[in-house]
Amino acid sequence: MSHAATEEVHGHPALQHHFANMEQQREAGTLGMWVFLVTEIMFFGGMFLAYTLYRSNYPFAFASASNHLDITLGAVNTGVLILSSFTMAMAVYFTQVGKSRPQILCLILTLILGLTFLGIKAVEYKSKYDDALVPGRLIPNRPFGPTVAREGDTDHHKLHLLGNATVKQVELFYWLYFAMTGMHALHMIIGAGLLTFLLYGSIKRRYGPEYHSPVEVIGLYWHFVDIIWIFLFPLLYLLGRHFEHG
Amino acid sequence: MSEHIVPVRVYLTIFVVLLVGTGLTVLAAFHDFTYHAFGKEIALNAVIALTIAVTKATFVVLYFMHVRYSSKLVWMIVTSALFWMAIMFSLTLADYWTRGWLPVGY
Repeated sequence: MSHAATEEVHGHPALQHHFANMEQQREAGTLGMWVFLVTEIMFFGGMFLAYTLYRSNYPFAFASASNHLDITLGAVNTGVLILSSFTMAMAVYFTQVGKSRPQILCLILTLILGLTFLGIKAVEYKSKYDDALVPGRLIPNRPFGPTVAREGDTDHHKLHLLGNATVKQVELFYWLYFAMTGMHALHMIIGAGLLTFLLYGSIKRRYGPEYHSPVEVIGLYWHFVDIIWIFLFPLLYLLGRHFEHG
Repeated sequence: MSEHIVPVRVYLTIFVVLLVGTGLTVLAAFHDFTYHAFGKEIALNAVIALTIAVTKATFVVLYFMHVRYSSKLVWMIVTSALFWMAIMFSLTLADYWTRGWLPVGY
């Protein structure tokens, strides 16, 4: 935008030859990342569309299946991810003001919180495996086949069917659950790799007030992954709760 | 540098807003917001949950992702994502949700 800062930073070692100055280079990087995020939004959008369609077709099956998910773990994970987004934003802030120690600390915290999220997710996947809720025949000798609870049965490991729901329709929910949370988890794993890369660069003191595009751009990616979870949590975990307690 | 550095106070506020939003969405999920009006059952649970989610996402995009302080070009790219999503949802659902309306083709 402004060209006032052109001369003083012209000689920065991180400046690529095809950019006039650091300001232009940073703007181009941010814009490019946003274009990539738009493709990511469309990618996840397809799955959200499939979800909308089948939830409107089989509302009771989706509610029954959703009620089997662990709301406490889901909510804790939402908190963990929001906190990690905050520490990521703070990492960008400390880079911009040139404080490298807090910057490194914030990146480490973000990485730890990201791994915590993945750990909790693994615990959840394990309990779905135990209750035979992994759809299809993905796992040898363990096809989709939850035990259906009868009336009055309060065992939370059994599947409680509401209304006219069938087990087949519940399986469809779990296809979507594993596809969406799995894709989200894959993005988290890639994000953890990117954070490790940033951490290495930060320890080498590569980023500061003049040059912080990598921190900024990976921050954008991290916040995007957070936003996906902000939608996944209510859509997957909370949709049928009011049928139980209403 | 002409870029805007977002103050820590703003980040903290957004963080608290996001946590409160998460609390609200969990609380709202346990309450049945189904009403009877115009001779129909109108279920508002999904509407409420999505309103909270969209609000949270907007705060993340505007402040954590700095879009509020970004160039018009970035604004345009972000809006284009919403625009194409709207096309994808409206055209697809306009097909699926209206298939039962006319008894033809069977």
